[in-house]
Parts: sequence; structure tokens; C-alpha cells
Amino acid sequence: MSLIDLANPTRFLALTARVLPWLAGATAILLLIGLYQSAMAPDDYQQGATVKIMFIHVPNAWLSMFVWGIMSVASLGTLVWRHPLADVAAKTAAPIGAAFTFLALVTGSLWGRPMWGTYWEWDARLTSVLILFLMYLGLIALWRAVEDPSRAARAAAVLTLVGAINIPIIKFSVDWWNTLHQPASVIRMGGPTLDNAFLIPLLVMAIAFSLLFITLHLAAMRNEILRRRVRSLQMMQANQKAA
Amino acid sequence: MMRLSGKDLRCVRGGREVFAGLGFAAPSGEALAITGPNGSGKTSLLRVIAGLLVPSEGSITLDGGEAELTVAEQAHYLGHRDALKPGLSVLENLSFWRDFLGGEADDVGQCLTSVSLDHATHLPAAYLSAGQRRRLSIARLLVVRRPVWLLDEPTSALDTKGQDVFVGLMRDHLTRGGIVIAATHTPLGIDATEMRMRAAP
Amino acid sequence: MTALSALIRRDIRIALRVGGGALIGVLFFLTVTVLMPFAVGPDLALLTRLGPAILWLGALLASLLTLDRLFMADHEDGSLDLIVMSRTPLELACAAKALAHWLAAGLPLIVATPVLGLLLNLDGTATLAVALTLLAGTPALTFTGMIGAALAVTLHRGGLLLAVLVLPLSIPVLIFGVAASQAAITGPLSFGTPFSILCALSLVSFVVGPFAAAASLRHGLD
Repeated sequence: MSLIDLANPTRFLALTARVLPWLAGATAILLLIGLYQSAMAPDDYQQGATVKIMFIHVPNAWLSMFVWGIMSVASLGTLVWRHPLADVAAKTAAPIGAAFTFLALVTGSLWGRPMWGTYWEWDARLTSVLILFLMYLGLIALWRAVEDPSRAARAAAVLTLVGAINIPIIKFSVDWWNTLHQPASVIRMGGPTLDNAFLIPLLVMAIAFSLLFITLHLAAMRNEILRRRVRSLQMMQANQKAA
Repeated sequence: MMRLSGKDLRCVRGGREVFAGLGFAAPSGEALAITGPNGSGKTSLLRVIAGLLVPSEGSITLDGGEAELTVAEQAHYLGHRDALKPGLSVLENLSFWRDFLGGEADDVGQCLTSVSLDHATHLPAAYLSAGQRRRLSIARLLVVRRPVWLLDEPTSALDTKGQDVFVGLMRDHLTRGGIVIAATHTPLGIDATEMRMRAAP
Repeated sequence: MTALSALIRRDIRIALRVGGGALIGVLFFLTVTVLMPFAVGPDLALLTRLGPAILWLGALLASLLTLDRLFMADHEDGSLDLIVMSRTPLELACAAKALAHWLAAGLPLIVATPVLGLLLNLDGTATLAVALTLLAGTPALTFTGMIGAALAVTLHRGGLLLAVLVLPLSIPVLIFGVAASQAAITGPLSFGTPFSILCALSLVSFVVGPFAAAASLRHGLD
């Protein structure tokens, strides 16, 4: 089984039909373990129980960027190799990525609420996530605006790659803009210095959410392939002469 | 007995006189074929009758029609453009025109059958070929009854079979006492009085 | 009546289907609002003060930019000819189209207002005031903007020309919309006075818009 075999949509459907139940099961188990560990994690001496939002927020924030990375690779596949599954992958990843980004925003704002006293502060990190969310929505709007998927694919691929180049620039600009106006960042990641009691649940949750993404993405790709088959069957039906 | 007539029509578009002193008459049950070279004003004449262009001189009357309605309100206009929305299904497109145009209406399904589009009822109009789109616009002429049909190159984009079907539909319309006025390059396939327009000077 | 409701249902359906622009207006509204703090700075007190103005400007631009296609799409595929010829008075057909456009593109803006209010640190009362003024004022924007959309069809020019034609006409709506929201938040004026004027502007536009649009369509088709 090589990558070439996977390029065939029929093989892809057959393979994913076998893999998906296992993936879904693994995701569910890991999510349960992660949630249990998060609930058992000690409270932070400063933030109290609110620190546990981190276990949801950080995986979502990580995925919000990871999904754009996946879409960029898929876009290269569309533009350079003209891989038949590439634009299916890119198209179906966008709504899922937008959902993760939205969750990152909501959890981030809930996390900040006790510190800031408001649900929203123009904090550098959250603001960047908000812009990323807008870019996801724009991409979805582009996919929706064109009825023929193969025509939309190239435009979306270009936009995705431009976005991938621009995201670091935007991030940098937002950070710079924010330091001009006294940063009020509450959401710090401790990085490697984070205590093991926090680090292990966080890692489990990050893996669980990544698996969740892969499961959802494969399922969405299957739907999209089937949707396109229905579409071409309908077009054949339209062209058939009435008996 | 109806009679559609125009007299002393003059049409000016973009400062250029397209035609002047033009008259015509079409009694019910008869077809009028407007022929002539490109630019001679066939489409303009149809649009004047349809009330979409205001003639600078002259008038159009429909004797024996409903007195409180204008000529345009008693006419169907089949122009170059199909008036179809690609995002809506075949059925939705046709039902909309039936509900919007109002008046005496026929069953949508039956009309689709008579233009042989009944296999595509629920498909988006975007999937149709040019000829099929044409048939769908022709179904609009059937779904709502109007005594006057104004047709601009009606058989373009239709295959031979489609043309035969359309000729049959026009015959039915004429035997019911309708009036057909068609701008055309090719023979209509029905008995029609020919009115030849001269190219504008 | 069936003719008008058929027209409204068709236009809403097209706006919500693939290729329809209903949700792009909301996205534009969102983007413009998010852009503002980058220009004025993330100071929450300042944003609270500017909030109603930012939201109103965003809604104004969003509702005008989506108007561009109101008649243009029907003109391009020939539907407009049939609408003009039909037994439904053109004024009513225009009003129905504008209403459908407002339902599909204007109403979502008002639904999005509370979320954007959150970003601009507006409290509950302020958000409610802005949403209420938008509810009263955006119909006026659609119905006056419709005149520009009709002119754009007859002149075969869209986009920016429409904005240039219509933006000056929408100044009164902007003035009283922002004034009413500010009055509800800070005073000193009472909310009722500017709000009544805003409603009056909308009512006037319901009459003027369809007639002007129909007149320009009728004389401009060729």
C-alpha cells in the first residue's frame, strides 16, 4: 500500500471505512482519559480552578494552526501535483479548522474573564486567533461561492498558501501593535517548565484532539467524495435523453 | 377574436434610428415571422411590443384582449437570455415563474413532460445544457397561459427533436387562438406571414 | 400576493444557496469591526465609547456592498425583463426584492451585533440599543440603496459607483442611528427622539425607494 493507492478515491473510501471505527474509538478513549486527568489535576495557586480551561484551550489553539498547515500541504498537492484527493482534503479541513479556532476563542475568552473582568480583551494571542478565525471564514466563503469544486479548488489553494505565509507576519504585527498599548496577557504557557501534573494531561488532551481532528477530517473527506459522486451522477442524469 | 397590431412605429436607440414608419398586424391564430439581416431591429421590435422599449412614435394595440391589461401583461417574452437561476432546481425555477406571472396556470409537472425535462425535475438548473435551458424557458410559455407569444430566435440551441416539439407547441397555441410573433433567421416550421425588415441606413 | 411572496421566497433561497452572498455580508461586518481596534488601539474604554459608531459604520458598509447584485443578477439572466412585463406593479416587485434582501442580508447583521458588541466591550444595554437602532435603521439603508442598485443596472456599472451614489443618501440614517444608540448609553438626549426620527426615515424610504427604483428601471432598460 503506497501513497499512490491512496490517491484513488475508491481505495480511499474502502480503506477509511475500515480505519475510521478504530480511530473514533481511540479518540473517545483518549478524550475520556484526558478529561479525567484534567479534572484530577491540582488547582493553580494563582488562577484556581480556571486553569483547567487550559486543557481544552491549548489543544484547540494548537489545532487551529495545525489544520491550516494541513490545508497548506493539501493546497500544494492541488497546485503542484494535482492530486485528486488534495482539494477534497483542503475543502473539508476548513470548516473543522474553523470550529477548533472558534473553540479556542471561546475558551480563551472564558479563561480571561476572571482576570480581565470582561469576556474580551484585545490581547495579542487571542487577537491573532481571532484573525485566524476570520481567515478560515473567508476561505469557507470562497469554497461556498463557486459551485464547481474543481474551479474553486485552485483559488482556495492560492489563498491558503498566501495565508500560510501571512500568518506569521500577522502574528508579529499584532504582537508589536499590542506592546505599543501595554500588554495585558494573562494566558501564558509555562512551556517546558510546566509542572508534570499539568503537562501530562495537556499532552494527552493534545493527542486526543489531534486524533479527533483526523477522525472528523477523514469522515468529512468521505462525505465530500460521495457528494461529488452524487453531483456527477446528477449531471449524467440531466444529460440523458428522456426515453 | 384578437388582433395585435402596431402602426407608425419608430424606434431610436443610442441616437440611431433603428426603424421608422413600421406597421404590422397579427390576428389570433396566426404567426408573424420577422426576418431580416443582423442589426435590422428584429429584437428591438419585439422589445417594443413587450413594452421593454418605449417607441419614440406610434402605438401598439391588442384588440379583443382584456381591456384593463397592457399588451405586455398579456404576452410572454422568450428572449436570448433564459431567465433561469442556476442555484435553483428545474422545478423551483418553473414554479417561481408560474406563481410570479400568475393568471391561468397549468400543472408544472405536465409542462416539464411536454418539453421532455421530466427526468431532471429536482436537479439544479446549473447542470442543464444550453438546449435544456432553452426547453425550460419554453416550459414557462406553457405553465402560464398568455395569448401573445413574443419569441426571439426561439429555436436557437435546440436540436432537431427539440425543434419538432416546439413547432408542435406553437401549433397548439395557434389553434387555441393565440398569436405568435417570432424574430428568426431560420424557417419557423409553421405557416407564418413573413415580415422582412430592412437593415438600417 | 402570491406573486410577491414567490419573489421573496425565491430571492431568499438564492441568497442562502451556494454562490449566494447572504453570509458574506456578515463576514464583512465582522472583519470591518475587528479592523477598527487595530487603527484606534486596544484601549477598552475608548472602544466602548466608539463602539456604536464602529458597529453602525460596519453595518452601513456591509449592507451597501451586498446591494450591488440586487437587480444586476436578474438583469444579466433576463429575469428582470419578465418582472417588468408582469402583472405585478414594478414598485411592489422592487419592494419585495428589497425586503427579501434585507431578510437575507440585513437581519443576520443584527443577529451578529451582540457578538461584535462583546469584542468592543459594550455592556448589555448598549448592545441592545445598537441592535435596536440597527433593526430600525438598516431597512432604510436597503430601501435607499435599492435606488442606487437600480441606477447601476441601467448604467451598466456596479460596485464602487453604487457606493458613491448611495453613501451620501445614507448620512441621515447614520446620524440618527448613532445618536440614538449613544443617547441610550450616555445621554444626555433621550433615546426616544432620535429613534423616532430613525423610524420615520425608514418609513419614508419604504415609499421613496421602490418608486424611484421602479422609475429608473422602467426608463433605463434597453
